Amino acid sequence: MSEAVSTLKTVTVEPEESKSLFGFWIYIMTDCVLFASLFATYAVLHGNTYGGPGAKELFSLNFVLAETLILLTSSFVCGLAMLAARRGDKRQVLMLFGLTFVLGLAFLGLELTEFHHLYAEGNSWRRSGFLSAFFTLVGTHGAHITSGLIWMGVMMVRVRQNGLTPVSLRRLGLLSLFWHFLDIIWIFIFTIVYLMGAL
Amino acid sequence: MENNPNATEVYEESPGGSLAGYIAGFILSLVLTVVAYWLVLQHKNSGQPMFSHQFLVVTVVVLAITQLFVQLVFFLHLDRESKPRWNLLVASFAAIVVLILVLGSIWIMNNLNYNMQTPAQTDKAIIQDEGVHP
Repeated sequence: MSEAVSTLKTVTVEPEESKSLFGFWIYIMTDCVLFASLFATYAVLHGNTYGGPGAKELFSLNFVLAETLILLTSSFVCGLAMLAARRGDKRQVLMLFGLTFVLGLAFLGLELTEFHHLYAEGNSWRRSGFLSAFFTLVGTHGAHITSGLIWMGVMMVRVRQNGLTPVSLRRLGLLSLFWHFLDIIWIFIFTIVYLMGAL
Repeated sequence: MENNPNATEVYEESPGGSLAGYIAGFILSLVLTVVAYWLVLQHKNSGQPMFSHQFLVVTVVVLAITQLFVQLVFFLHLDRESKPRWNLLVASFAAIVVLILVLGSIWIMNNLNYNMQTPAQTDKAIIQDEGVHP
């Protein structure tokens, strides 16, 4: 009886599984260091506009707020999808991860629209040190979002075909970790690049 | 659980990471984002800004760091990890590396910029910004 109660409170996992979670966590922390170096580069170069436009002239705050809210919602829905996955509700998992995917795709679309807009106006990464640092930082985040979306697509197909096996459940856990992490990185891009740029 | 002493509780797997937790995290994150956005917009658009530029920079950074912790707790459940807290340890180490990397770069590059000024800029910096009058 007491054992039954305790398993209700804490789901236990085998060492093998917790090891893969820990390994993935270490990967995410090293990714933090990668982003930190890009943030440092941006912080150093953000004033070097070489006579071109600076952050104040280039970025629209409303546009970026929309991007931020979409990605935040996507991260939230991803959490709900993980709750559904732990309940073993395959239909809801597919629906919620589908929604996460669509929101992530919308975010990526907005980001690419902004990039294209900047490029078309002649403000590409070749314009100034500031823009090089900007495109590298935000582009790296976009590349992470893209790989996350591909991973999510693959996982949805697998869950659809094989159901919620322990292996796919574990991988979904790693994927949700990755997705939340990307949202956290975006908070800092939003704050440091866009909000502080507009000030 | 008692049968397998090697089994470990994992932060992600805790059912305590409940719907209420996710909703709380989501609402808190929304509020923090919108407040930071509103403060900056207000500063930009109104002729009479409510706060100084310096104060706002510090405020939006503090809001972002608050949101980092909100998401670490409510979305990543870092607080639910069982002992020994390896994930927290790795995260702390990463935080130290990130701080040294970012603050160190800014410090060094500012110092280099300061030392590479033209004489006219140096005069301006010393007299106007530092308040030293020869």
